Amino acid sequence: MSGELTSRLLESPLWTDAMVHESGIEVRDVPFVTVGGGIGSFVTVDYLRIAGVPTGQIAVLSNIDHPWQTYQYLTRVSQIPVPERIRSDSSSRPDNIWGFPSYALSEAWRERSVRPLLHVLGEPIFADYWTPRAGAVFASLERESARIAYPDMLVKGVVRMVRRRAGGGYFTILTPPAGTTSTKRVAYRSRFVHIAVGYPGLKFLPDLQAFREEHGDFHHVVNAYEPHEHVYESLKTAPGTVMVRGGGIVASRVLQRLMDDREKFGLQTEIEHVFRTFVTGSHGPHRWSRRKGGHGFAYQGFNYPKSVWGGQLKAKMRKLDGEERAAEYRRMGGTNTPKRRRWQQQMQAGRDGGWYRAYRGLVDEVQPGNRLTSIVQRDDGVQRIASDFIIDCTGLEADIADHRLLSDLLTNGGAGRNPLGRLEVERTFEVKGTASGDGALYASGTATLGGYFPGVDTFLGLQVAAQEIADDLARRGWAPRLGPLRSTAQWIRWSLNRPVEGSASWSRS
Amino acid sequence: MVPILIGRIQTRFFLIALVGSLVTLVLVPLLPLSYRDAFVVLLAVAVIGIGWELLYHLLMQFRWEKDWPTLFGLLTGVPEGLLLWFLLKAGAVPLIGAVPPGWAFAVHFGVVWVAVWLAANGPMRVPFLRWRFRGGRLV
Ligand SMILES: Cc1cc2nc3c(=O)[nH]c(=O)nc-3n(C[C@H](O)[C@H](O)[C@H](O)COP(=O)(O)OP(=O)(O)OC[C@H]3O[C@@H](n4cnc5c(N)ncnc54)[C@H](O)[C@@H]3O)c2cc1C
Repeated sequence: MSGELTSRLLESPLWTDAMVHESGIEVRDVPFVTVGGGIGSFVTVDYLRIAGVPTGQIAVLSNIDHPWQTYQYLTRVSQIPVPERIRSDSSSRPDNIWGFPSYALSEAWRERSVRPLLHVLGEPIFADYWTPRAGAVFASLERESARIAYPDMLVKGVVRMVRRRAGGGYFTILTPPAGTTSTKRVAYRSRFVHIAVGYPGLKFLPDLQAFREEHGDFHHVVNAYEPHEHVYESLKTAPGTVMVRGGGIVASRVLQRLMDDREKFGLQTEIEHVFRTFVTGSHGPHRWSRRKGGHGFAYQGFNYPKSVWGGQLKAKMRKLDGEERAAEYRRMGGTNTPKRRRWQQQMQAGRDGGWYRAYRGLVDEVQPGNRLTSIVQRDDGVQRIASDFIIDCTGLEADIADHRLLSDLLTNGGAGRNPLGRLEVERTFEVKGTASGDGALYASGTATLGGYFPGVDTFLGLQVAAQEIADDLARRGWAPRLGPLRSTAQWIRWSLNRPVEGSASWSRS
Repeated sequence: MVPILIGRIQTRFFLIALVGSLVTLVLVPLLPLSYRDAFVVLLAVAVIGIGWELLYHLLMQFRWEKDWPTLFGLLTGVPEGLLLWFLLKAGAVPLIGAVPPGWAFAVHFGVVWVAVWLAANGPMRVPFLRWRFRGGRLV
């Protein structure tokens, strides 16, 4: 089969039309390409469609069928099934660029109940933050996807690389599923590219990685982001001890599942909970900068203080560069979890009953045997702690260079790293150093954490990025700028579930 | 909400001018209150509000999240209304013709306050897409 990447293409950071033609790779022209096809691509395309960009101007290159597919997978395995409530709040609506009506208002309407509204009114003082059910989020995304004709823009495949094109714009190389195209690769020639590829990969704690590789045991040592239902099933058949590592929201979810099961099925599960950093109370340098904490956890409603998504901290971060920015990230970031009333009750019951033990510790090594033995450096000396399972809840924080496409951008695309080691982007989310003629390359999502805007890896943050990108595209004269009149008219269409239509001012198609 | 100081002030002026005026236009014929006095009250809520917003901004600094919960936005109407009422009684509000009866002031002020609060908690985002990401700044 023809249409393969030639060594000339592989080696050259700048491609001419002739070079691509020579390779026999099929070329398709479309002005705007978004790579990933997850929530980040979706909200960006949603914004552009609402601003008036026709479907023919956009291609979504993705290896998934629905934008919420990866999110749904990750939430399911990490113990947020469809009826459970997610972390982000009522106005973080990836299916609605206005955030109005909020999810709480929609739920109140659907269920003919004022309870969600009273709850939102009392949050976060008299109640935990109200958050939508995972199922409601998926359903709302499905509706919006149909409304903006998202499937018409979707092209399935894996993106291998994005390279600059001589004369402006980019080539994005897609490997479609075998047998669906006449050439092995397809090149999308576009003026603009947007990259939202989500998490570059799973990262394991080094001692757990070593254990898994050495002993080939993927059964007793698991990561919370991979399917691990067998752990909970096994505990139902025989009592056991589970070691939980990490102090973020995923640890909270896993604890909830273990404790719910204990209660529901009358199990005898014991829990050893190891924190690398054990927070004992409120912490921070002064009265105006103090976060709640206790029993090991740092408590915060969302992964950053709420005002990074629009208020004081957003405005502040926008001005910071280099070490100053990194310091501010350290101050307000770090592992944290919401202080939910139900979780507090469960953990208290566990401490009282002696079956939930939490402490600070550094694990040197995990040894196999009848049961697993963790060698843990604790404040009271080195201890050997036995457990039947270990669940690593520490994260999805692999290096961006582990992702082939991002790695290629760093080596051949002119991209650089920010103070946290991820992709350095402008305030407009254009990746610094990647400009090509009158074209631009943007990125959003977790790959850009460490930039002028910290809330990137959330629905609302992806929408903030989408707005910045759309406004930048408008400044460049490509997309219409979404102003108050069209915004209102489009909101009415959203409310009535009417399809979006192209803008009258769209003259380039 | 997650306001910044200038955003608080801009939003207050804008919503009082728009929503406050509409509510006042509808309400005044039903109350023993002249249009002139009702609009003077609105103006006073806006102007004295600059001082209040400075205070709220200061108090917000004690919150780690630097947010201003929805409920605060509603409840702050109580001290603001009371202060304004005492200022009216004390004759400290210029341009006012006659001090309205207490109940009429309460109804007018209360309805305006709730309407402005409701608008700020949702509908405002419909025409002004960038407003919530800019701390309530309109310009
Ligand atoms: C367990 C969990 C819970 C979360 N809960 C919340 C929450 O409550 N609220 C909130 O706001 N945020 C939440 N987030 C964070 C974030 O909003 C979501 O993860 C969101 O899905 C991120 O969107 P994304 O587009 O960056 O990545 P994804 O939705 O993961 O999409 C990226 C897609 O790109 C595809 N891709 C990657 N490389 C290529 C390639 N080379 N070619 C083609 N396709 C490729 C991937 O397969 C993936 O499907 C949560 C995250 C996790 C993990």
